[in-house]
Amino acid sequence: MSEPSAASIVGTPPAQAPDEIGAPTNAGQPENARKEKPRGLLGDAWRDLRRKPLFWISATFILIFLLMTVFPSLFTSGDPENGDLQNSLVGPSSEAWFGYDFQGRDVFARVIYGARASIVVSLLSVVGVLLFGGAMGIVAGYRGGWVDALLSRIADIFFGLPFVLGAIVILTTFNGSGTSNSKAEIMALVSMSLVVLGWPVVMRLMRSSVLATKEADYIVAARALGASTGRIILKHLLPNCLAPLLVYGTILVGSYIGAEATLSFLGVGLKSPVVSWGIMINEAQNFLRVAPYLLFFPAAFLVAAVLSFVMLGEAVREALDPKLR
Amino acid sequence: MRVSKRAGSAVALGAAFALVASGCSSSDSDGGDAGASADGAITIDGTQPEVGLVPANTTETGGGAIIDWIWTGLVEYPNDGSAPRNAVAESIETTDSKVYTIKIKKDTKFHDGTVVKAKNFVDAWNWGAYSPNGAQNGSFFSDIQGFADVHTEDPDGAEGPKKAPEPKAKEMSGLKVVDDFTFEVTLEAPTAVFPTKLGYSTFMPLPDAFFSQGAEAFGKKPIGNGPIKFVSWEDDVQIKLTRFDEYSLNDKMKIKDVTVKMYQDDTAAYNDLLAGNLDFQQQVPISALAGDKWKSDLGPRAIPSVTPSTGIIAFPIYDKRFQNAKLRKAISMSINRQEISDKIFFGNRKPADSWANPLTPGAKAGNCTSCQYNVEEAKKLYAESGGFTGELVMYYNADASHKEWMEAVAQQVKTNLGINARAEGVPTFAVFRQNINAGKMTGMYRAGWQQDYPDVENWVGPLYVTGGSSNDGKYSNPQVDALAKEAAAAPSLEAAHAKYAEAVALIDQDVPSIPVYFGGQQSGHSEKIKKIQLSNVGELDLTSIEL
Amino acid sequence: MGRYLLRRLLQLVPVFIGTTFLIYWLVWSVPGDPFAGKCGERPCPDSFVNMMTEKFKLDEPLIVQYGNYMQNLLQGDFGQNYGGREISDIIATSYPNTLKLALVALTIEAVIGLTAGVLTGLRRNGFLDNLVLVSTLFLIALPIFVIGFVAQWLLGVQWGIVKPTVSSEMRLSELIVPGFVLGSASMAYIARLARTSIAENRRADYVRTAIAKGLPMRRVVGVHLLRNSLIPVVTLLGTDLGALMGGAIVTEGIFQVNGIGRQVFRAIVTKESATVVSIVVVLVLVYLLMNLLVDLLYAALDPRIRYE
Repeated sequence: MSEPSAASIVGTPPAQAPDEIGAPTNAGQPENARKEKPRGLLGDAWRDLRRKPLFWISATFILIFLLMTVFPSLFTSGDPENGDLQNSLVGPSSEAWFGYDFQGRDVFARVIYGARASIVVSLLSVVGVLLFGGAMGIVAGYRGGWVDALLSRIADIFFGLPFVLGAIVILTTFNGSGTSNSKAEIMALVSMSLVVLGWPVVMRLMRSSVLATKEADYIVAARALGASTGRIILKHLLPNCLAPLLVYGTILVGSYIGAEATLSFLGVGLKSPVVSWGIMINEAQNFLRVAPYLLFFPAAFLVAAVLSFVMLGEAVREALDPKLR
Repeated sequence: MRVSKRAGSAVALGAAFALVASGCSSSDSDGGDAGASADGAITIDGTQPEVGLVPANTTETGGGAIIDWIWTGLVEYPNDGSAPRNAVAESIETTDSKVYTIKIKKDTKFHDGTVVKAKNFVDAWNWGAYSPNGAQNGSFFSDIQGFADVHTEDPDGAEGPKKAPEPKAKEMSGLKVVDDFTFEVTLEAPTAVFPTKLGYSTFMPLPDAFFSQGAEAFGKKPIGNGPIKFVSWEDDVQIKLTRFDEYSLNDKMKIKDVTVKMYQDDTAAYNDLLAGNLDFQQQVPISALAGDKWKSDLGPRAIPSVTPSTGIIAFPIYDKRFQNAKLRKAISMSINRQEISDKIFFGNRKPADSWANPLTPGAKAGNCTSCQYNVEEAKKLYAESGGFTGELVMYYNADASHKEWMEAVAQQVKTNLGINARAEGVPTFAVFRQNINAGKMTGMYRAGWQQDYPDVENWVGPLYVTGGSSNDGKYSNPQVDALAKEAAAAPSLEAAHAKYAEAVALIDQDVPSIPVYFGGQQSGHSEKIKKIQLSNVGELDLTSIEL
Repeated sequence: MGRYLLRRLLQLVPVFIGTTFLIYWLVWSVPGDPFAGKCGERPCPDSFVNMMTEKFKLDEPLIVQYGNYMQNLLQGDFGQNYGGREISDIIATSYPNTLKLALVALTIEAVIGLTAGVLTGLRRNGFLDNLVLVSTLFLIALPIFVIGFVAQWLLGVQWGIVKPTVSSEMRLSELIVPGFVLGSASMAYIARLARTSIAENRRADYVRTAIAKGLPMRRVVGVHLLRNSLIPVVTLLGTDLGALMGGAIVTEGIFQVNGIGRQVFRAIVTKESATVVSIVVVLVLVYLLMNLLVDLLYAALDPRIRYE
């Protein structure tokens, strides 16, 4: 592993302050200025990224999904909330592309409007889990000793909490029946409980990567050169330990879309008429044999969204990871 | 009233199957093969009983069904829903509906070989009523004279710090053993419907072994007096039962062994039924009901039946917003029950059009005028009532499958009246009931009622009389109360039913709740079973089975 | 090494106390009166509620209840649930079943996940790579009840290859389908993590050296590459055994496995603190031991990691 580590030391000259390494700053500079200035880690990554079709495709998809969460009415004129029982379980047609659900609601409109809750909740939770769990993992892995023991044992306790128990208590405390939280508040609360119950896995993943990396030659070299702890963590450890986290995090988006639905079905998450993909998939469960399309469309959107995130994560990771260069 | 306790079940009927009445039976035309039946064994679907099997202490379906099989009461309810008839009782006589002389048959035995005597009834009832024993069905004995002496109320409710005082007596003064096979029951007030109640499991006799072993030990290895006896119980796996060969009454069992397998999930049970690993499932899962798949899966082995239960949405009348009868009527009339029956229940539960379930003796069909779907009238009434401001939330318990029909109802009210209505799930039945019991509901809520015993009284007294045990919305109409009181004291059941009809007519004007559908049940059996009948409440009648 | 082990085992004590208290407190804060829904659509008689409150000392403050529970626990008495069943009996009958199912699931998920991960890691962005990605993502997107329902319906009912449900003997052959269903949700993680790790290490010096030495490719991958790429995968698998055991409620329900899932869920809903805590505490011990094992495995897999 000496080659990649040497590259990363050479690629990040000590003259550059950590806060300067922003991709957009570099990208915005004139062509010649950029050539002259030694590029930072993120600058490198951005150059790499721009050349990848995978990045552009996944980014476009994600943009579309984000647009869907902000302006669902751009995509459909249908009514996601109100249905007519006369249309119950009527299959896809030119009138309703994805058919009607059990309550006679337009599935296409619901899938579009469902993007908001699903994507917002899962992204918020994943970012929260990665930031919190990741930070704990770095500290535990890098410091070792009693700090590691303390943080690891706290994580063990949280590991032990049954998801349903933790979620019911957290959410009924803040979001029980009779409370009138706004949609945004409920989404934040649901994300919060997912973070509280989900961070230990990320913490352990990060810790394992740090443990494996911290004795590497380039870290030892950096330490010998007198680099500060913060600098070692940010510039050397983090880029080399990010891979498992990004892989886990992007797939986690999919799991959390499902977890949100579980909470809604227990009666502690989102409240009807707010719709999400997970809720739609759950509602489809009794009709698998007569109306499989009720399951197929939201699941397909979910897979497409998660796929986009996984691909984007993959592209970013490859660009960021010094070892793959 | 028993509660179904299958965790996570798709078709947990919430509060379902309790007691008695009205018919649903199906039998294949070709009789069984006596030889195959004689030592035949079947496996049927069930759930783990929540507590030990003590009749006065069981309020859920898992244990309730087994108690119904291993005990036979003084009276029994025929499968076709007709009037109760004597079983262990030789005769039940009264002149004033207040003092009853009950003679029991002399040749019936408990499964441990001891003879069933009058004192077995009297001791069992006294045990159930004695409040320190904490029997869940204890209040069923409140008709009997001296109940207040053995069953003391907590002065500040169960939540309060004060303890209930020790009861003055251990035995109710209204129960008297005359001789080994005769006893006399004196009631607090004349109650014509009392003999009808005696078939409910709470009134079963207990053998002497119960009192020597204690309730807890007995409940794990119960000894009954019915056609079927208990063999073994492997928690969460199965309960084994077998024929009681010394049973002397008519309803003897034709097959030998029965294994009650405890399923966690009704889809699993259904798939076992289709694969031939299970012989009977009382309620097939929703996933099989959709598109009537169960009928094509099972063919002639599909048994549709009706149960004496009604799905209701109740008003919290203690909430000012719901005190206008015109508003309540408008909401009721804006619901298209037929459409909900067709689309949500696939025609398996019929639209409700009367206050008491019509399968109940004494109930009249079609007497709920506010159950008609009439948008014009509903809009007119709604306008006259002054409207409804704010959000109208309809609550249901999210741990059973009520989401679909509650959402459909909310949607219809929203579409037809323009009220901002929506349905919302409360996580568990416990939280849901706690809020209802405490009178803290802030919107309409799902209720369900299955009669405890087959008489219209059970549909009026507990639900619509002031202070009734399940009158959770606090509906109160002095005229209804007065009529119900007259009816209870009426000299005959016919006279009582006439009075109840008058009371129901008044209730119909006030619309204290909204009946939505009548209960239906969809069962299935294996090819092995050639003859089968269901009881009046849709439980399997094990004694009818032939292979 | 020995001292490290001893220290880790000693740390179990505070974790044990912390977890039991946290869970006891959480169950205690679950809303709802445990006896409000017991008697159907009518409230239970006060006499019943009083008797139960008395029997389980539910009117004592939380800390006293917890103290009583711990005191009994240390004497080996887990207590009873509200139905009068010994909790130790529940644990003894349901734990082995859940553990068996979880181990089968873990094995299936590790074998399929690792194979897919290695194959795709060596040949990234090929057809197989994309196929594995999309199919494992579909397994994540579909909730377990759907996968379980479809597997049971097709294999058990339509084609009759297996029995739809697991018998109470819990034979290994009966557990393959439920194990696959339970493990399906984690397969994507294992496959992708292994793939990424392999791809990263593929270009490392030691691999290049090994190839240059003329070692056969199988040996390079099997010994050098895989061993160094396993750390994140092993970490995830370690955390997963506990998750599989605690989160198998749906799978256990569909396939009729008499495990802890339904016991915990039922006990949470009815607020039986003693039952939840007793079952979860054993689960936490499993987590702790698995994590300890994983930490020891790190040192075995990667000689640079040392425990003093």
